[in-house]
Amino acid sequence: MGYTVGTRAKFNPASALDYLPTSKLRELQLSRLRAIVQRAYDNVPLYRARMEERGVTPHDINTLKDVERLPFTEKTDLRDTYPFGLFASPMREIVRLHASSGTTGKPIVVAYTQEDVKVWASVMVRSFAACGVDAGDIVQNAYGYGLFTGGLGAHYGAEALGATVIPISGGNTDRQIMVLKDFGVTVICCTPSYFLHIMERAGEMGIDFKSLPLRVGVFGAEPWTEQMRRHIQEASGIRAYDIYGLSEIIGPGVGIECEEQAGLHIFEDHFLMEIVDPATGNVLPDGEEGELVLTTLSKYAMPMIRYRTHDITAISPEPCRCGRTIRRIRRIARRSDDMFIIRGVNVYPSQVESALLEVEGTLPHYQILLTREHGLDQMEVQVEVTPEVFSDKVGALEALHKKLSSAIEHTIGIRVRVRLVEPHTIKRSEGKAKRVIDQRNLQ
Amino acid sequence: MKTKQLSVFLENRPGQLSIPCRALAEAGINILTLSLADTQQFGILRLIVKDWERAAKVLQNAGCVVNVTEVIAIEVPDKPGGMATTLEVIEKANLNIEYMYAFTFRRGDKAVVVFRFDEPDKAIEVLQANGINVVGSVELYDMSEN
Repeated sequence: MGYTVGTRAKFNPASALDYLPTSKLRELQLSRLRAIVQRAYDNVPLYRARMEERGVTPHDINTLKDVERLPFTEKTDLRDTYPFGLFASPMREIVRLHASSGTTGKPIVVAYTQEDVKVWASVMVRSFAACGVDAGDIVQNAYGYGLFTGGLGAHYGAEALGATVIPISGGNTDRQIMVLKDFGVTVICCTPSYFLHIMERAGEMGIDFKSLPLRVGVFGAEPWTEQMRRHIQEASGIRAYDIYGLSEIIGPGVGIECEEQAGLHIFEDHFLMEIVDPATGNVLPDGEEGELVLTTLSKYAMPMIRYRTHDITAISPEPCRCGRTIRRIRRIARRSDDMFIIRGVNVYPSQVESALLEVEGTLPHYQILLTREHGLDQMEVQVEVTPEVFSDKVGALEALHKKLSSAIEHTIGIRVRVRLVEPHTIKRSEGKAKRVIDQRNLQ
Repeated sequence: MKTKQLSVFLENRPGQLSIPCRALAEAGINILTLSLADTQQFGILRLIVKDWERAAKVLQNAGCVVNVTEVIAIEVPDKPGGMATTLEVIEKANLNIEYMYAFTFRRGDKAVVVFRFDEPDKAIEVLQANGINVVGSVELYDMSEN
């Protein structure tokens, strides 16, 4: 490619675009932005109407900062235009549809042209390469195959990289473990909570993870924490990387950690990022925490203009030691819509998680149950008792109970009920972990 | 001289106690003695069984959290004042008893009581120096079969 390449990283030709000089990268972004805004304006009635409302035309986009003049797109826009309302290509050009599992009512549908599918595979190739995966690896893809983008996204990326892909999909944990062991798997892709479940089950089966050739985990599709990574790495002996993506933008492969494990590089040549104040929508400077807003720069079938991800993070402007010039975001530990309000206090599940970690050292399985009793909201945190914290002494368990209660109270500022429960009583998920059960509307 | 004790975490709701007991029954493991500590919220089932390693595995496979601790089985004269005399020795030595419970069988005119001390080794020393018989686990398992 003729560009200077960072010295520390193992250079993979697939990743050349990760190392573009910044000025070249911004030039590329601007020309792509102008084209995609024009495309959205010409082909998607909702985008045209919104821009007209604001008195903006594609000709007003002359710098990257001009993106701020464009209206936001929300998840509700995808629902309201269900199923195909935001498509910018005729069906003849669309080669793939995916849909997200909507928790309420209709799912949201996303589309890809042949070129979009290639771009998707290319960012997944760069993702795998960033965490040291290459053609010699055997990849067990335990993301769900089907309408969910995780399975096929990781599949085509790993295959395009030249690795050996095992399309096992999610579920059937005992079989996952058998394949991990018998096929000499070196890389696994799944949600971090499912990997914890696999580790737990393997432990029960008497399998020592450290004796397996498995060395890399590519974990995503749900927020997880640095402490959880440390636990996974120490207990299993693998390197655990955080991958980021969402169906509305392309699926997995919007960004990923490199081997430095110091934030997620966003593939900026395809995705333009902004951080905004979730309440006002005002753009925040680099380094400040807010909601990630993404614009797809090369997606043809379904361009997304200023999509509100509801993921809370911050851009790290300083260069990464790996030498990549594409910028990083801090790992996403929470979503603005994960938040629930209890007795007037905003609470994120990640806050409860950090309190549990602080007390126990590792993250136990837990669940938050919200109920309404006599008109008052109640929050109960159910925590599974692990062999590490269990004691034969009543006093020791009572002390643990008290410590958990006060750590949670200290973190979120309100008194909650903590209940110690037997192992395996909290339902394990094979996809995204369900941490909060809100029964307040049912009563 | 120490005996292994298994402890199992139980939620305090109906039917929970039968899960570990049924698992042991199905594995043909006899419970020599047990005690149940409970609070409003949870319970701890403590068990003495002969084949404790196999029992621990059986319980784990049944989904229980199991903890193994060392306890001491002591012979106590089965007559008025028998317990009081034994406790005097323990108190004088400043040994802290976490909890205790008894076996259902007797040895001659002696009852056998399980003690959980913070410092089991020191406890054995003190008890033996005062002429109190600490029953070893092999002996204990034999007794249970007679």
